[in-house]
Amino acid sequence: MQSYDPRVNRMELPSNEDGKEVLQSEENWETYEVFHQKKRGDQHIHVGIVHAANPEMALILAKESFGRRRQTANLWVVKSSQVHATDYENQDMFETTPEKTYREASDYYCMDRIRKYQQEHGIADRKGERRKKTEAKSK
Amino acid sequence: MYGTTFIDKNKPVKNILEGEDPVKLAEFEARITRGEKIEPRDWMPKEYRRQLIRMIEQHAHSEIIGALPEGTWITRAPGFRRKLALMAKVQDEVGHGQLLYSAAETLGKTREAMINDLINGKSKYSNVFNYPAMTWGDTAIIAWLIDAGAIINQVTNSKGSYGPYCRALERICSEESFHLKYGHDNVVYLATGTPKQRELVQDALNRWWTPIMHFHGPPDKISAHTQILMKWKVKMASNDDMRQQFLNEYVPKIWDLGLTIPDPNLRKNEETGKWEYTEPDWDEFKRVINGDGPCNKERLQVRRWAEERGAWVRRALKKAEAKYTVPLA
Ligand SMILES: [Fe+2]
Ligand SMILES: [Fe+2]
Repeated sequence: MQSYDPRVNRMELPSNEDGKEVLQSEENWETYEVFHQKKRGDQHIHVGIVHAANPEMALILAKESFGRRRQTANLWVVKSSQVHATDYENQDMFETTPEKTYREASDYYCMDRIRKYQQEHGIADRKGERRKKTEAKSK
Repeated sequence: MYGTTFIDKNKPVKNILEGEDPVKLAEFEARITRGEKIEPRDWMPKEYRRQLIRMIEQHAHSEIIGALPEGTWITRAPGFRRKLALMAKVQDEVGHGQLLYSAAETLGKTREAMINDLINGKSKYSNVFNYPAMTWGDTAIIAWLIDAGAIINQVTNSKGSYGPYCRALERICSEESFHLKYGHDNVVYLATGTPKQRELVQDALNRWWTPIMHFHGPPDKISAHTQILMKWKVKMASNDDMRQQFLNEYVPKIWDLGLTIPDPNLRKNEETGKWEYTEPDWDEFKRVINGDGPCNKERLQVRRWAEERGAWVRRALKKAEAKYTVPLA
């Protein structure tokens, strides 16, 4: 066989006719989940997986796969088998979360009550003062 | 880089949904209609899993095999900067293969099984990589126009329904934009160079036009099966639609350089807005995809050579107590 690639012509290529399974099962080891931190101070974010025989190898492959182009400060690898996750089947356990507005700062608004009380009891409000402050800031 | 996926249409339609739980199927389809992604541990119809494994696996093999014709040219790339750039591109393509094998793995087929099936000719990869890159001009045309075709395909598929595949494609597409610019730069450099350089790139374009037209696959008939796959957002666009999109974006850019395309019938019909062209030789396509192309045998032998050469290292590193776990995402 004559290839256009001179290197291929120098190889002794194996026959491909025997239908043999070249790889045995688990020959590509275990999988590790990779977490990428863009810069110091950021969160680590899950970006994908690598196959590796040990954590050191997983880190080297993670660097090649996920840190060769993007800015990177730090990488974590965790064996996939060591990650415990909730089940999408049970997603209904998060269902009431958006209704829990009492957990949000925006749900607490009491200026109306304060104003009303001030008007009824003759207490001056500090509207003018606050306006001056914001104007000073914007200058 | 990547070619179109070959959806197996041989399975009779009535068997596709046989034995599926109708309630779960309805929930699954409603989720897809709402635009939600399907994740690895979700319930899914058997046919959805089967087609996705097939499609993502073929995509992964295409990236790996696609690196071979270009990889050939690293040592002969003209100049240091081009060597660096081509190395980076080839590494990206192999990296795309890794990302895609991972995505396919989440559906339950191991990486070892996929590689075995590739080497033994049981799974396909993009047909275009069964053609050789004969000159530096070919690498320029491949990097620009084959990658351009791949981008159209990949952007389309990234809007599909399977979460891990979409995430892999998003990352892939951002790297492909470098391949496209790099390829365009190489073609422009040759096309605006000496007469010899122009000839080099024109010859390459002539050689690659048929594979380029083959790239998105033969016109697909809309069968009941493809309709289900489109509803499930496995197949996102027809092959002809993607080919039209490719022609619309790139033919004017090729003509900008004063290069000619070896098809006298190629023109845009201003009334329909569609491109008209001579159908490429689809018999050749079938012949090559079934093993009778100029490089099929070499590609698989080179893959096998690499796996066999590396086997002792992989086995030496393997620990008996290590247990494989399907990745999470
Ligand atoms: Fe790619
Ligand atoms: Fe590419």
